[in-house]
Amino acid sequence: MSDRILGACALLLGAFYIWQATLIERSFLSDPVGPKAFPIIIGTVIVLSAGYFILRPDTEPEWPAIGRLAEIGFAVAIMVGYTIALPEAGFVVSTAVAASFLAWRLGAHAIAAVIAGVVTSVGIYVVFHLVLGLSLARGPWGF
Amino acid sequence: METLSALGDGFAVALTWQNLALALLGCFLGTVFGALPGLGPSNGVAILIPLAFTLGLPATPALILLTSVYYGAMYGGRISSILLNIPGDEPALMTTLDGHPMAKQGKAGEALALSGIASFVGAFFATWGLVFLAPQLVKVALLFGPAEYFALFTLAFATLGGIASRNQAKAAFAAALGLGIATIGVDGQTGVPRFAFGEVHLYDGIDFLVAIVGLFALSEVFVFLEHRGTAKEATADSMKIGRVTPPLSMLNKTWGAMSRSTVLGFIAGVLPGAGASLGSFIAYTFEKRYSDRKGTFGKGDPRGVAAPEAGNNSAAGGALVPMLALGVPGSGTTAVLLAMLLALNITPGPLLFQSNPDVVWGLIAALFIGNVMLLAMNIPLVTLFVRVLLVPPKYLMPAVAMISFVGIYGISGSSFDLQVMIIFGVIGWVLRKLDVPLVPVILGVLLGDQMEKNLRRALTISDGDWTVLFASPLAIGLWAFAILGFVAPLIVGRYFRPKIADSTKAEGSDPD
Repeated sequence: MSDRILGACALLLGAFYIWQATLIERSFLSDPVGPKAFPIIIGTVIVLSAGYFILRPDTEPEWPAIGRLAEIGFAVAIMVGYTIALPEAGFVVSTAVAASFLAWRLGAHAIAAVIAGVVTSVGIYVVFHLVLGLSLARGPWGF
Repeated sequence: METLSALGDGFAVALTWQNLALALLGCFLGTVFGALPGLGPSNGVAILIPLAFTLGLPATPALILLTSVYYGAMYGGRISSILLNIPGDEPALMTTLDGHPMAKQGKAGEALALSGIASFVGAFFATWGLVFLAPQLVKVALLFGPAEYFALFTLAFATLGGIASRNQAKAAFAAALGLGIATIGVDGQTGVPRFAFGEVHLYDGIDFLVAIVGLFALSEVFVFLEHRGTAKEATADSMKIGRVTPPLSMLNKTWGAMSRSTVLGFIAGVLPGAGASLGSFIAYTFEKRYSDRKGTFGKGDPRGVAAPEAGNNSAAGGALVPMLALGVPGSGTTAVLLAMLLALNITPGPLLFQSNPDVVWGLIAALFIGNVMLLAMNIPLVTLFVRVLLVPPKYLMPAVAMISFVGIYGISGSSFDLQVMIIFGVIGWVLRKLDVPLVPVILGVLLGDQMEKNLRRALTISDGDWTVLFASPLAIGLWAFAILGFVAPLIVGRYFRPKIADSTKAEGSDPD
């Protein structure tokens, strides 16, 4: 079933891709092939393989239980939050918070997770910014 | 002779204090990456590329650092295979079969030392193979026109789908997905935007580094979240290793296995689409058929440790041949190394040997140096790396995620790229679950631009006549190989392929 869903998604994706490819404007300086042909070939390959997934699906993969899926969703949310917080709160604070959350969700004890998060964040800051001179996000406090 | 003098010049490039220090650092980090389950050559190198890039390292030192990581990871993978029965990375999978039984018999130290020597032998001779084979391949590649290059790229995708994947349709889908991603952005030849949907960030296209780090490194974090609590954790008890020198009698008994495996591994590495994992698999399977007369394989036979380790390290060297000489990587990790070259504005291929010989030969010389360093690190100092295994993944994986973010942020300084990277991480996790290989996706993202350019160049020369793609004997040969590589495994290869693919799936581990 999972493969059939993949196939359906891939079919839609391929069709959308080909449709979008046909909408690409032609430029006045064009070569014999133009900007459309290659994407259309690729779109065709996507559609063909999608058809195969629908007709001959593989055995079902083992999906994690709903709780675990929620965990992964939660981790994604933390990461997205992190990318938004980065320019606002600066590198050290955002990274410490995000790393603590991830360590906690990966099974560390809450206090240990906070310590690990702070150590990770400060460690990266020291190694990559202070020693190697990489530019990291600056927050209101300059770190 | 010409080759040897070029190699001599390479040593002159590589033997500076900075390059030696980078090689040492790379070997150390590589061994650590290899040893840690979940981190392997391709995601280890993927995490480091943006860092090497933002630190402003010039091409040669950056490449020396990253290929040292690549070779080091091949050495390091065996450590947790032997001690914990968990492969540190995918190529080390076969080493668990005899390595762990040896450890259980109290011969862990001997197994580690033996596999270290086997790794050295494999990598050393494969690097010599690279020295002599790559310039020959360059001579052939200089005859290639745009039509031949287009056929060559197709060949790479076809064999990748045929040999290294279980379901051809999924490999084809993965490749098309990658190529499709590569077409996003302003078309280089006509200047019209494609698939950008008016989003300014997309006009530049999607940075392949963002895609690679997302697909390889972040998806690994999600895999860990999914399996949290089910994985075995290392205990100090399983870290007792005893003496770390192999008895001479053991070396005497295994040198045949090592040399056979080195040859097989190298061939597997050179073929496009088959990286180190397949190298170690073929080496072990062959050795078992060839010399397992008493049924000792799988019960701690030293030859079963030496064969896959020599095989995977030799394949790692072999895989560099097509990457450097043709610009077409044969495995996941060499695809990542190609990304490094492209990020530095160096296009690998025959012209690289002519225009930047210092890069090529400096790199090859660095491989020799790194190999000696790795042997020294992996025999007497192996106990140091064994301790690395005691770091629990729950602290390690957040650090991996954060370092991935740091690297990508360092390149662009934009949150948008980080968000795209997270999307790639999720896609990577879903595709892994569905058994869609990630390497063709990466290869598509990397090669899409070149592939289209060559197609359009060929058709511009022929003024729109598509038969030009099949006009020269060389092109027809490449197409024939492409079709053969895609179709033949359907007919003959099925008997051995499912085994390795299943175990890969079970591990969900690093491709190559």
